Amino acid sequence: MFGKKRVAVIGAGMTLFRRNLKETGKELAWEASNMALDQAGLELKDIESVVMGTAPDAFDGVHMKGEYLADGAGAWRKPYSRVFVGGGTGVFAIDAGWWHIASGQFDTCMVVAEEKMSSCYPHPAYAFTTIFDPIYSRPLGVTLIWIFALEMHRYMHVHGIKKEDIARVSVKNKRNALDHPCAQLGANITIEDVLNSEVMCWPVQRLDISPTSDGGAALILASEDVAKKITDNPVWIDGVGWCIDTTFWTNRDLYYPKYVQGAAQMAYKMAGIKNPPKEIDVAEVYDPFDYKELHHMEGLMLARKGQAPKLTAEGVTQRDGDLPINPSGGLLGVGNPIAAAGLMKCCEIFWQLRGEAGKRQVKGDPRTGLAQAWGDLMQYGSVVVMRS
Amino acid sequence: MSEKIKHFPGESLKGRDIREGRVPTIKHRPNVKYLWSAGVAMSRFLEGLKKGKIVGSSCKKCQRIMVPPRAFCEECFRPVDGYTNVKDTGTINTYSVSYVAGDASRIKEPILVAVIDLDGASKGMGILHLLGEIDDWKTIKFGMKVKAVWKLPEERTGTITDIKYFKPME
Repeated sequence: MFGKKRVAVIGAGMTLFRRNLKETGKELAWEASNMALDQAGLELKDIESVVMGTAPDAFDGVHMKGEYLADGAGAWRKPYSRVFVGGGTGVFAIDAGWWHIASGQFDTCMVVAEEKMSSCYPHPAYAFTTIFDPIYSRPLGVTLIWIFALEMHRYMHVHGIKKEDIARVSVKNKRNALDHPCAQLGANITIEDVLNSEVMCWPVQRLDISPTSDGGAALILASEDVAKKITDNPVWIDGVGWCIDTTFWTNRDLYYPKYVQGAAQMAYKMAGIKNPPKEIDVAEVYDPFDYKELHHMEGLMLARKGQAPKLTAEGVTQRDGDLPINPSGGLLGVGNPIAAAGLMKCCEIFWQLRGEAGKRQVKGDPRTGLAQAWGDLMQYGSVVVMRS
Repeated sequence: MSEKIKHFPGESLKGRDIREGRVPTIKHRPNVKYLWSAGVAMSRFLEGLKKGKIVGSSCKKCQRIMVPPRAFCEECFRPVDGYTNVKDTGTINTYSVSYVAGDASRIKEPILVAVIDLDGASKGMGILHLLGEIDDWKTIKFGMKVKAVWKLPEERTGTITDIKYFKPME
């Protein structure tokens, strides 16, 4: 592939996702890394480089937390970098791990993500307010939930989408999460439960939102030569993509995430994908809010603009549908420790493509999977395409 | 999670046990303060607000009038060609009704927030602000015309809150 080395995923691990975990961020990173190494059949000495993904320092209250977490990620005296693009971090971390090996510089790379949102007390929402422009936006008292509510409302308005069309996503993902042993919020709920839940910031209601969580996740990447010696069933990273739009989010039409489209186009071109809904068998699409799954399916060109709610209503995105979306249970069901949630999606695609997902396994021997995350001020998209 | 894995690490804590001191914890409240320079372009904007004007900047190459003003056009990546006042009226692009404050606590009287596309700026140049003088939020509509309600000149300090809110024009 254009002189680049082919990169495989050969192991994955994750911790429980919970509102409060006793373990520190470092301990969570260790648990996930240790599991991923075990699954790959490797030891730390086999790992040549480490990428850590973790979101705002303000959550942990430890500035330069990349350095603080390094020991937990097995980075001791190794080439190490931390990547951070807000909510997009988890999937960007595997993209970053990919170039470590594709460049030919390393044969192995451990990609680790950790988030401990519970440290910011009593609620991490206030830490989020520091992401806004201090001169133009903060004096208005802007919060993160405002901007998502504004985006959701714009998306609903442009396409004439009703709240019940969106609530189906929450119902589906929380039910899928019942089959995930690490899930925080697996549940059998109804559309009415979502529509009757507390109004937070209209049109966002309590059950439209993923929880705050603690958790860790990790993946082991290897070059083709090394991977083929270690395992008979590697999963290949065939496409990576990332893209950012302007921070002036009120100057963009929020109904469509062009930056997600940009990231997807980059990954599809690399993977040779011409018709995404036909060629992708299973996708983990970033769903911190239920509308985001739909919004992102459209940005990823898995659905035409405004059509994702229809596919959802028809059952296409169910685990046994033609295009299963978030069979893990997603952020809405498994939980949302920001960077770890994005990497959990990559882990799920790995397990799905290996046929190891147990009760969550999608039908029909999936060969091509996609994971996507989204972040910063509604401006960043990261994508990975994997094949078995 | 793989079906090959049988042990799931992580010990879940109860919020009550943390609050009531049954879990060892350390508390810290950082005391960090900032004083931000408003910058080349945004200083013009804040000085404009003090005079009751909304200032944008223009780029001749892409023909955009941008709000908030920038010192450089991020699309053309060249200096802007000048600063110009846009109107203090506009249309509602999107809106929300917030029952949540910045610390995630609940509030009884909702805050009405909107992105308002300003008249006189390029299409889609929205500004985030509050809506006011609305008795029933269900009367808010997409595309509704609104106008800025300013603080009295002597009360203005050169901040975005020199505009109290935007109110419906009809």
